[in-house]
Amino acid sequence: MLDLTWLLIAVPLASSAVLLLAGRRADSWGHWLGVAASGSAFVVGLLALIQMLGLDAEERSHAVHLFSWIPGAELNLDAGLLVDPLSLTFVMLVTFVGTLIHVYSVAYMEHDPNRRIFFAYLNLFVAAMLLLVLADSYLLLFVGWEGVGLASYLLIGFWNFKPEYATAAKKAFVVNRIGDIGLILAMGLMFAYLGGVDFETVFANVDGVSTATLTAIGLTLLLAACGKSAQFPLQSWLGDAMAGPTPVSALIHAATMVTAGVYLLVRSAPILEGAPSAQTAIAAVGAFTLILGALIGMAKDDIKKALAASTMSQIGYMMLAAGLGPIGYAFAIFHLVTHGFFKAGMFLGAGSVMHGMGDQVDMRRFGALRTAMVTTWVTFGLGWLAILGIPPFSGFWSKDKIIEAAFVGEGAQPWILGGAALIGAGLTAFYMSRLFFMTFHGKARWTDGQHPHESPALMTVPMIILAVGSAFLGLFLAVGDRFSHWLEPVTGHAEHHEPVLPVPVLMAATLILVALGVWVAWRKYGAADVPEEAPAASLATIAARNDMFQDSVNRAVFERPGTHLTRTLVYADAAVVDGAVNGGGEAWSKTGEVARRLQTGQVRSYAATMLVGLVIVILVVVQGGL
Amino acid sequence: MDPVNFVILASILFAIGSAAVLLRRNAIVAFMGVELMLNAANLALVAFARIHGEIDGQVMAFFVMVVAAAEVVVGLAIIIAVFRARQTISLDEPAELKG
Repeated sequence: MLDLTWLLIAVPLASSAVLLLAGRRADSWGHWLGVAASGSAFVVGLLALIQMLGLDAEERSHAVHLFSWIPGAELNLDAGLLVDPLSLTFVMLVTFVGTLIHVYSVAYMEHDPNRRIFFAYLNLFVAAMLLLVLADSYLLLFVGWEGVGLASYLLIGFWNFKPEYATAAKKAFVVNRIGDIGLILAMGLMFAYLGGVDFETVFANVDGVSTATLTAIGLTLLLAACGKSAQFPLQSWLGDAMAGPTPVSALIHAATMVTAGVYLLVRSAPILEGAPSAQTAIAAVGAFTLILGALIGMAKDDIKKALAASTMSQIGYMMLAAGLGPIGYAFAIFHLVTHGFFKAGMFLGAGSVMHGMGDQVDMRRFGALRTAMVTTWVTFGLGWLAILGIPPFSGFWSKDKIIEAAFVGEGAQPWILGGAALIGAGLTAFYMSRLFFMTFHGKARWTDGQHPHESPALMTVPMIILAVGSAFLGLFLAVGDRFSHWLEPVTGHAEHHEPVLPVPVLMAATLILVALGVWVAWRKYGAADVPEEAPAASLATIAARNDMFQDSVNRAVFERPGTHLTRTLVYADAAVVDGAVNGGGEAWSKTGEVARRLQTGQVRSYAATMLVGLVIVILVVVQGGL
Repeated sequence: MDPVNFVILASILFAIGSAAVLLRRNAIVAFMGVELMLNAANLALVAFARIHGEIDGQVMAFFVMVVAAAEVVVGLAIIIAVFRARQTISLDEPAELKG
């Protein structure tokens, strides 16, 4: 079965091609083909997982050779797949959550005339994401990397008849491009210093390379990860990406694609091990983004944008863990998996709320939905408890471990990173509770004529399954450190380190902060009345509502100077380059204009010129004694 | 008689001939100036042959006469053709090559 893992990529890709090429004929059955393609990929992945669980830990890495891709003397690259615990974890997450979201989309997109195309894009995304995680070289990974970027662009701009949605898609694409430069540079450095771009060669040659080189590679990889995972300073696209249909937000911008950056870093662990400065940078970016995202999430009234900020913040946790070295890798991936479940569940819940409320996204116009939408309320509530990190729900097992790991170390670093992770947990509790209470509790603040109703079973069943996962998956995987042992062949065995504070103290501090966050949110948004219009607020709140002015900063720092640079270059091109060429031509033309006057057409003047010339020649000859 | 006098005479004849070419508008007269210049050159060649006691200059003079005879034929033909086309043989009249 492990040799058949190429089917994982081929089936959704073929389905996508069929859906795109079949045209309107496929409208009646196209969405079910999409579901079947994603579902069969899940089955293949599951069989591969079962087979791999039957192997010993040392044998759990299987290379699948596909074909000779770039035969060359210096760069001889084969296309192949690497099936190991890390890639299989992603395969299971992508195909399982992906399939549920496919099913959900059947109902969610029911009234959209282009539902078939939507499913084609979803399948394309699944295929690209699986290629990304299964590739055995950075170059093949890059193909998948670009594939998910493309699918993301197509899906964000799915309703591109609205200009601002099309702009959001373009923004995501452009910001992702900046990250891609990082990956391309990293591959260039690997090729120059490590002798190749396939994982095997790169990781085998890491030992003989200087720390400076590895740091450079690590930092370029960080840039790539920042672009794809919406980390500071490339975070600005994620909020706008909520323009896409809600299932897209759930699948791409919460559960899978944005985690690709974390995957890249964990996969590159052998490189990062040799580059402590790069690891510190990764952890710092993660810590900063987790606070930034949480602060933005605290002020957003748009339910999807609040969830997007939360995604940014949670991926910040993963990046932080990935930057901590071997003690963090497993928890980064663990949190990624649990987050994939509860965040997808909550996004689907948000979609369900929007479905029932006529596409309203302003939480100030929700309230008291718990009676109208019981299933959504319960499933969303489980996701909420999971992201809060309340034991025994999923988030507790993964996030708490990251906080503990962040407190490991010497000097000021554990206090800064751990402090950020701890405060982040409190902020998360506040903004998620705010979102939850504003939506489902308090008084109804619906716009006139709203009749909220529960969504059809095709939507609620995936939500229920994801909610069950949010509730119990963490516990299931955490018992006996099952998940860490499963990933050990890839991430290496982590020595146990004691945090600078005792573990029970940290756990208690986390839970107290979480409880505090929930209590404040309940006082303000659950028990008290929520104004229907956003009230005037402090400068900090205004900043958070505007995403910390990220767009203004980008505009001031990059866009305007860029525009001016371009204009200067255009001017320089016109004035200097064109000026020189045109001026040269002009000068010869003027010379010709003057020289033209010598040609009088008068025979006698020609004769006189000849005579004078002859006399001069003779004089020269005679005088010069030639 | 000193042969150098012949060279001086040749120079004078050449100067007169070139003055005729440069100063007269009438193509026939200018043409005569050309002939005068040719014959001045011939005279100089013969005089130099005499001075150096060699025969080369005289041989060259014969060549010049032959070429001059051919040149006269062509030159007069051109003058007639120009006259037919323009009803004038003024040298200043055709100025189509003016730049």
